[in-house]
Amino acid sequence: MDHNAPVSPYQPGETHQTHHVTQPKVYYIVYVLLVILMSLTVAASYINMGSLNNLVAMTIATIKAVLVVLFFMQVKMGTRLTWVWAAIGFVWLIFLFGTLGDYITRNWISVTGW
Amino acid sequence: MSVEVAEEHGHHHDPALQHQFQDMDQQNESYVVGMWTFLVTEIMFFGALFLAYTVYRGANPAVFLEVHHHLDVAKGAINTMVLLTSSLTMAMAVYHAQMKNRQKQMMYIGVTIMFAFTFLIIKGFEWKQKFEDHHVPGPHFEYVRGEGHATIVQGPPTPVSAIRMSNGQTVNFPKDTIEPDFSNKAQLFFSLYFVMTGLHAIHVIIGIGVMGTLFFMLMFKHPNVDYYMPVELAGLYWHFVDIVWIFLFPLFYLIPGS
Amino acid sequence: MSATALPPAGLPASAGETKTTYLNWSYSVKDWLLTIDHKRIAVLYLISISVMFLLGGFAAMAIRVELTSPHGQLMTSEVYNKMFTMHGVLMVFFFLVPSIPATLGNFVIPLMIGAKDLAFPRLNLLSWYLYTIGGLMALGAMVMGGVDTGWTFYTPYSSVYSNTNVSLTVIGIFIAGFSSIATGINFIVTVHKMRAPGMTWFRLPLFIWAMYATSVVIILGTPVVAITLALVVVERLLHLGIFNPALGGDPILFQHMFWFYSHPAVYIMILPSMGIISEIIACFSRKRVFGYSFIAFSSLAIGVFGFLVWGHHMFVTGQSMYTSMVFSALSFIVAVPSAIKVFNWTATMYKGHVWFTAPMIYALGFIGLFTVGGLTGLYLASLAMDVHLNMTYFVVAHFHFVMVGGATLGYLGGLHFWWPKITGRMYPEGWAKLAAAISFVGFNLTFLPQFIVGYLGMPRRYHYYPAEYQIWHVLSSAGASVLAIGYGIPVIYFLWSLKYGPKAGDNPWGAVGLEWMTTSPPPMENFHEIPVVTWEAYDYDSMTESEAQADRESMPGAGAAVRQEAARDAEEGHPETGHPSP
Repeated sequence: MDHNAPVSPYQPGETHQTHHVTQPKVYYIVYVLLVILMSLTVAASYINMGSLNNLVAMTIATIKAVLVVLFFMQVKMGTRLTWVWAAIGFVWLIFLFGTLGDYITRNWISVTGW
Repeated sequence: MSVEVAEEHGHHHDPALQHQFQDMDQQNESYVVGMWTFLVTEIMFFGALFLAYTVYRGANPAVFLEVHHHLDVAKGAINTMVLLTSSLTMAMAVYHAQMKNRQKQMMYIGVTIMFAFTFLIIKGFEWKQKFEDHHVPGPHFEYVRGEGHATIVQGPPTPVSAIRMSNGQTVNFPKDTIEPDFSNKAQLFFSLYFVMTGLHAIHVIIGIGVMGTLFFMLMFKHPNVDYYMPVELAGLYWHFVDIVWIFLFPLFYLIPGS
Repeated sequence: MSATALPPAGLPASAGETKTTYLNWSYSVKDWLLTIDHKRIAVLYLISISVMFLLGGFAAMAIRVELTSPHGQLMTSEVYNKMFTMHGVLMVFFFLVPSIPATLGNFVIPLMIGAKDLAFPRLNLLSWYLYTIGGLMALGAMVMGGVDTGWTFYTPYSSVYSNTNVSLTVIGIFIAGFSSIATGINFIVTVHKMRAPGMTWFRLPLFIWAMYATSVVIILGTPVVAITLALVVVERLLHLGIFNPALGGDPILFQHMFWFYSHPAVYIMILPSMGIISEIIACFSRKRVFGYSFIAFSSLAIGVFGFLVWGHHMFVTGQSMYTSMVFSALSFIVAVPSAIKVFNWTATMYKGHVWFTAPMIYALGFIGLFTVGGLTGLYLASLAMDVHLNMTYFVVAHFHFVMVGGATLGYLGGLHFWWPKITGRMYPEGWAKLAAAISFVGFNLTFLPQFIVGYLGMPRRYHYYPAEYQIWHVLSSAGASVLAIGYGIPVIYFLWSLKYGPKAGDNPWGAVGLEWMTTSPPPMENFHEIPVVTWEAYDYDSMTESEAQADRESMPGAGAAVRQEAARDAEEGHPETGHPSP
């Protein structure tokens, strides 16, 4: 390794996640929020809201997941690259769920001859 | 992580610095980004199963609603609490790794492992119950519908609900009797249940293995554990396992409706 | 971890001709099988992948021999099914997907960006072991009686009814999938984090952009096919019915999940090849690639759009017609970035000084054949045509044009281009040109008749056919024999060159790129000093003629062809400055 050469290709101003230490207080607060949300989701499942039920359950689950990702997994304090990769996975699931388009449209009005 | 001290260059390096990296910042970020890239693959891995679940629940909502009552919501809820708490203790372990506090790291990792085992034990009881109810898909599957319906015990017959006669007339099987393929669709629900919770359980077991390895390395004061990154990466993995369960729990145990 | 192989510090400085390179610092088996050097791992992969290609090629020969007669002279239908399955499985999962990334990508990427190694060298070694284990399992399944489902493993045949070694094959593919994922993770982190000082994104060679896009596709797609195939095994072994229609499952769901990866997989196969073509065309036109950022962004666009078109494999399966329309439109759109690349490569050659070396011949072949393959893909993307053409030999011809005429030609071109860097030896240029020409002729003779016979109605995966198709099949099989010769010749001269080839200098092609600024073969740590990059990619314009001449001639053992060209140019007196004469 040559130490006369510039050390790394970092751009100035880029944050370094490595020195960031989240305080335990943050973790405890997030934990309490997660428990509250979990209780909410159980309670909501016993109330009949029709088709809203699914939306409520998935929304709560998503909020919980986001809390875990941002705080427990420290993405909020991390670099933009980490954030992009964390987001890409969930975004790509949307492409995969495009499959549902087939199932939703299968019984639509058919075209003659098809 | 191997311990390579590059003393031939005459500089003082962090002993955890690998030869291909220039400095610790680069190395740490590389490991975190690498781990997230791996987690993205896990998201797509589980995501495909969630897709299958969505397709089949969308096609058979009444079946899923009725059949899911056979799952034990109490055990599922307890397991959710167990995993959420284990995520907290794992986050604390990472904190103490960054603080270089060996004792506290060991304690929190140990507690996380205990929670993980608790999860598996409770899940084991659930599965045992399912086995006794003959709800495990396969040749021994039997689904008995509850009170208010005619009780018919069925294996996996071919699903036929209507036939067309040679004179063009269609004969429907009576709709007010049991759909012959209800049992099959119940089997579909349980197939998804066992595959998804099973895959999740495999990931929990792997997590226990990883955390156990860290625990023993801490116990025997292996030099690698002066570096907090292994614990942080294990933490990322464990939180992901938690997130999967956060979605599995409402989808299987809390299907809404009367 | 001292078990992995690093040389002891303070190797003796080289004196005279004997340099210490990554190849010769140790010859022990342990230092090869436990290496974490990306260059050695690339060589290990080269060996495994060549073996798989050979075996897949044998299956192809068996198919082509069988198809010379209309009524199944050589094998029963069951055996024929196993043959085309074996050909597909080995070629797709064990050759095309890993070939360029694992061999050339592994070798060249750290060199091109000025790094000492990939980000995760031990993960790299693990990926080779996973590939080898997966490959051995798939081969084991073949040896134990084969699989007859086709490489697409459609359910419920594969999950319920087939009596062949589906599970073993599928588990082998599953494991190889993790090998692929490991490579993808490694490349992504390497390109983000390990570039030399001054190597900004837009100074990167286009091969790196292509490999980066490939790696993103690998990460996002492979897990889906992994779980899909795992479900097939689970259904076979544990009777959990996810895709079995008798249990309310939907076989079309399998196809959705399978093709969600398998379509992007073809972009995994072609993008690295396109990256190589950019490198070769720039070097042998002595020009900066025209439309650099267009080509760079088109690689990313292909990667993204490639995920939106999978339904075009399912137009006739019962998929909703509205969905089919959407997929058809998107499939037309996805052709655009590829076309952009072809136009840009052509523009690069315009007013360049084109030098017809073997790699350049492969690159030119790629442009022509890939264009034909891509255009015929558009025929298949249009719904009405696809009803007629799907499941015929037209499809077979289309994908062989892009996969063989495209991806494999790029792989061969890249092997030739970087062979001196990898081995320190030059291959014989005359034989290489001959082999390129033979394989080009053989390829066209093999696959052009298949378009015709497919259009006439010959179904794929059949070995019984009406007598009037026989002439086309015979032509195709004849072409396959020629193609086999065209592939066999390089094997011979590459091996020959290892011992008898003239030693190559650092930069026998006079190319611009960091990999050419280190020795051939490179030392263990790639660069004695990490370079600082201050020039743009493909900076051929600022190479003076004398620099280029000196580069190419002064290295001991610069290829005889190079010297001959230089001598001839000196005689003929090429006056242009600023552009080195080829």
